[in-house]
Amino acid sequence: MLHIVACIKQVPDTKIIKMNPKTNTMDRASAPAILNPYDSHAVEEAVRLKARYGGFVSVLTMGPPPAVKAIKKCIEIGADEGYMITDRAFAGADTLATSYALTKALEKIAAIRPVDLIICGKMTIDGDTGQVGPGIARRLDIPPLTSVCKVVEINRERGYAVVHRKLEDGHEVIRSTLPCLLSVEKEINEVPYSSMPNMLRAARYQPHIWSVNDLPDIDRAQLGLKGSPTIVSAVWAPPKPQGGKLLEGAPSEQVNQLLDVLLERRELLEVGRS
Amino acid sequence: MNFDDYRGVWVFLEEKDGVIAPVSLELLGAGRRLADKRGSELSGVLIGEGVNILAASAFEYGADKVFVYDDPIYRYYRTEAYMRAMLACVEKHKPEILLYGATSTGKDLASAVATDLPTGLTADTTQLDVEEDTGLLLASRPAFGGNIMATILCKKYRPQMATVRPKVMKALPRQPGRTGAVIAESIPLREEDVRTKVLEIVRATTRRVRIDEADIIVAGGKGLGSPAGFQVIHRLAETLGAAVGASRDVVEAGWIGHHHQVGQTGVTVTPKIYFAIGISGAIQHLVGMQNSGLIVAINKDPAAPIFQACHYGIVGDALEIVPMLIEAFESALGRKEEANAGKV
Amino acid sequence: MPEKFDAIVVGAGPAGIACAYELAKAGVNVLLLERGEYPGSKNVMGGVLYRQMMEEIIPGFHKGAPVERPIVEQRFMMMDKTSAVTFSYKGLEWAEEPYNNFTVLRAKFDQWFAQKAVDQGALLVCETVALECLIEGGKVVGVRTDRPDGDLHADVVVLADGVNSLLAKSLGFHKEFRPDEVALATMEILKLDGKTIEDRFNLEAGQGCTIELFGDATKGILGTGFLYTNKDTLSIGVGTLLSGLIKHKIKPYELLEYVKTHPMIRPYLQGAEPQEYLAHLIPEGGYRSMPKVVGDGVLVVGDAAQLVNAIHREGSNMAMTSGRLAAQTIVAAKARGDYSEASLDSYRQKLMDSFVGQDLKKYKDATHHFDKFPQYFEEYIPMMNRAASTMLTVDGASKREKQKKIWRDIGPAKRKFKIARDLYRAWKVMK
Ligand SMILES: Cc1cc2nc3c(=O)[nH]c(=O)nc-3n(C[C@H](O)[C@H](O)[C@H](O)COP(=O)(O)OP(=O)(O)OC[C@H]3O[C@@H](n4cnc5c(N)ncnc54)[C@H](O)[C@@H]3O)c2cc1C
Ligand SMILES: Cc1cc2nc3c(=O)[nH]c(=O)nc-3n(C[C@H](O)[C@H](O)[C@H](O)COP(=O)(O)OP(=O)(O)OC[C@H]3O[C@@H](n4cnc5c(N)ncnc54)[C@H](O)[C@@H]3O)c2cc1C
Ligand SMILES: Nc1ncnc2c1ncn2[C@@H]1O[C@H](COP(=O)(O)O)[C@@H](O)[C@H]1O
Repeated sequence: MLHIVACIKQVPDTKIIKMNPKTNTMDRASAPAILNPYDSHAVEEAVRLKARYGGFVSVLTMGPPPAVKAIKKCIEIGADEGYMITDRAFAGADTLATSYALTKALEKIAAIRPVDLIICGKMTIDGDTGQVGPGIARRLDIPPLTSVCKVVEINRERGYAVVHRKLEDGHEVIRSTLPCLLSVEKEINEVPYSSMPNMLRAARYQPHIWSVNDLPDIDRAQLGLKGSPTIVSAVWAPPKPQGGKLLEGAPSEQVNQLLDVLLERRELLEVGRS
Repeated sequence: MNFDDYRGVWVFLEEKDGVIAPVSLELLGAGRRLADKRGSELSGVLIGEGVNILAASAFEYGADKVFVYDDPIYRYYRTEAYMRAMLACVEKHKPEILLYGATSTGKDLASAVATDLPTGLTADTTQLDVEEDTGLLLASRPAFGGNIMATILCKKYRPQMATVRPKVMKALPRQPGRTGAVIAESIPLREEDVRTKVLEIVRATTRRVRIDEADIIVAGGKGLGSPAGFQVIHRLAETLGAAVGASRDVVEAGWIGHHHQVGQTGVTVTPKIYFAIGISGAIQHLVGMQNSGLIVAINKDPAAPIFQACHYGIVGDALEIVPMLIEAFESALGRKEEANAGKV
Repeated sequence: MPEKFDAIVVGAGPAGIACAYELAKAGVNVLLLERGEYPGSKNVMGGVLYRQMMEEIIPGFHKGAPVERPIVEQRFMMMDKTSAVTFSYKGLEWAEEPYNNFTVLRAKFDQWFAQKAVDQGALLVCETVALECLIEGGKVVGVRTDRPDGDLHADVVVLADGVNSLLAKSLGFHKEFRPDEVALATMEILKLDGKTIEDRFNLEAGQGCTIELFGDATKGILGTGFLYTNKDTLSIGVGTLLSGLIKHKIKPYELLEYVKTHPMIRPYLQGAEPQEYLAHLIPEGGYRSMPKVVGDGVLVVGDAAQLVNAIHREGSNMAMTSGRLAAQTIVAAKARGDYSEASLDSYRQKLMDSFVGQDLKKYKDATHHFDKFPQYFEEYIPMMNRAASTMLTVDGASKREKQKKIWRDIGPAKRKFKIARDLYRAWKVMK
């Protein structure tokens, strides 16, 4: 049976987050914690593949205890089982330490039920790196396939997958051996409104929760802050112009001034057109 | 790990359509500055099939040295193949700093390389600096959805790696005739060792833009006067590749569908640029867009509250201003594209 | 085959949660449906939670609940344009157990309260809208939700879906509101450091104060404003009958802006940062607007049943009590295995016997009265301010002269008579 594990994370909703202007830390209370939007597409894709080929969908997260809510959200989408690793020892992990801890948990999940496919989101909206997925793949020594925008075929018997990888100006069709890891784009699917039976199942569901001690052969030196090569040394507020600057002159002059301002920030304009 | 063994600044030179990708040239510009500050060399790493000839342009844009892995096995980008080459190169020549463009290829490669080395990797950097005496890379990037900037350090590992956003760094002016050393490299890698195959490459894209994901939003309000007037919003959006937003009054009037509504009872958006055109700026609208990167307001009432919330404002009739803007953008951005096409 | 529950409660506000809590506690298999992302996410309240009614459900609740501040002082401000006459009571007996009431932020409080119901065994499903009641043979047998495979069956459905209860309307229990039956309230939550709040409102650490605003706060339109202290935020709002807004052609948030910048209020808000803007309806029709609250297999509680005392801004307490009484009724009905209207009717009786029914009856004419005679707000409050100003300004005139002037200012005898009559009328509707 095809066993797919989606890695998911609970994140603060950075769209409505408020920052403390004095300390430049985020006011956690101001931002509700949500399932990382990209990860909902990862779970949805797993659920669709299950519908197509039969199989079993597990989700895995590393996070603080309230992240159970994010797992429940995945059950609403249609996942079968949820695993969470939570421990002080994981706190402060950068992408390298995160991928290590998740890999250890994945090994344990695989011991329960062999894993054929791992699906990650393209990136998290708080960490915002997209590095964790490939990191896990490297550690498990399976091919990482990033920017996946379509799964063409999964053939468990013959051990291969065919997917589309999004490129800046198109896509490529790639065939990989199984197991492999996919990081998926948002456009890979639309997450539909969950069905009532799934909602009820999620309301009742309790995930498996593991601490460091539940993970065999773990090297504590590679976990959390200690195991993270990168550190944040300074944070500051991005400069924001104060109040509106009203442009002056004839309409055509104003238009030209505005054009100059925007062209100065050309990179902003290009994003819309790429 | 002896840090003194690690010298020089490297840039992964991404090949695209037979030329070095613009972002890599930008990184050579940024890398040059870092290398000069450290008194070390700037090198490029070129991986591909038939990429040898591209080294020349890397020199013209600032590289001193280029390591080249030229082999049919690298014809298409594949994580495993490129990663093996890059890992071998790093292990052999030990750079202090290694930069990649934050493109899908660059990010993919950097993530894999970082895990295997292992070392720290800072993603999507927008500012780079280096400590002159220690060689510590100061890589800064927006975090938490752009709400803050953070500087990330990697103190205990070498090389220090970062992916850098395209169009942020500046390439140096081309210096025709500037040359450097090409160093041919290779590793024993057979096709059977690579577990992925590229079956096909399909160019061209069509892109649907949703307002909560869009980088640019052109939003219109009641001030456009009529559904016909509102069409200028669509046209400007098209010119900019932007999504269309709207105030609630416009949505309720039926000029556009509900999923375009920005605000308290609509969607909260944080695009990089937000145009508020003919929108008064009621608090319910503002709460939905005030965290946008750059807010431009066009309104004929100088006292409209939107001018308090915007970065740049034009007081005037939208139906007059917006068509002028469309024209101005078309010619400005069009010119740019021609220039790009001519560059090669 | 849709799942079947003993009871489905639609709406996780104070009424629905209280009901689900009591049902679950009694071992009833209950599902609580909420359309918001989480309970409280869409709920709006000035913020005074009454201890007594909450305690009847969860004794000692305030020790764990996210309450903001216990209220030790209640002020009442009769405002004119640049003046205000203020009455206040401050009592330190309210600063300690058992307390009188607390300010709360609903987004936090409802979430906590709902978790307590879940802990008792209620099943909570959010982000789901109940669209209509399922009816078989004239009896409510469940609800249809907006989700795929969304039908749910139950022996009894409790409508706790708030002021504009779609479900009660679809059952024909009540009609569309008339503009003089509902108030539209808008409010803002403003961030202000807790220490500053305490200094500004003359409070000891942790204590709270409420200010009710009358008169010019609503530009003389029938309604009230409020300013409440939370831990490190202030809640400020205004609510006026829809009919008043229509008549005066004023937008509700303009009214809110007006009161925020009013010279009697502005100093309290200095430096406070807007954090959230909210708007909500309040059912103010009172006793006369109460819909049918019991049917075959269905009960209506809280705002959905119009249980609000507009004069004393009580609503959450009535909501909780009605939810609790509904739960008691259902537990008894379950024992009998009879969910017919007749069997459930004891809910209505209990409700009318409780303080809820009693208070609604007492004030049954109040809102209509004040709506019909706008002079209370438009004339008498300014008059009161002028009188206070005359009396308290030391300008060499003797106090007797001042009294005479005040008396003269009121106008000719006919007008004095009218005022006396109005005051008597007001006393009558309130007595
Ligand atoms: C509970 C509640 C929730 C709400 N939620 C939302 C929400 O989510 N989103 C939202 O947008 N609104 C919301 N509103 C409505 C909001 O209060 C405003 O009414 C609305 O945003 C106003 O829309 P507008 O700016 O398009 O129209 P108007 O307020 O009518 O403003 C039109 C503007 O266009 C300008 N103008 C006119 N002609 C021209 C011209 N030729 N050229 C340039 N400018 C011109 C005018 O000067 C004016 O400033 C909500 C209101 C309430 C009470
Ligand atoms: C500005 C303001 C200030 C107030 N101040 C006070 C005060 O200080 N003290 C006080 O006691 N009272 C106050 N009230 C009144 C008080 O808020 C209400 O009386 C009380 O909230 C009613 O509780 P309820 O559970 O009946 O309804 P609500 O609290 O309105 O809860 C109804 C719930 O049902 C949900 N819902 C609605 N329809 C559906 C559906 N179809 N499907 C699923 N879910 C649905 C809603 O999302 C909501 O969570 C105030 C009200 C306002 C507006
Ligand atoms: N703490 C975590 N728990 C589980 N999965 C994670 C975690 N962090 C990141 N991921 C996965 O890795 C992807 C990329 O994350 P990031 O590198 O943080 O942008 C996410 O979309 C998730 O699929």
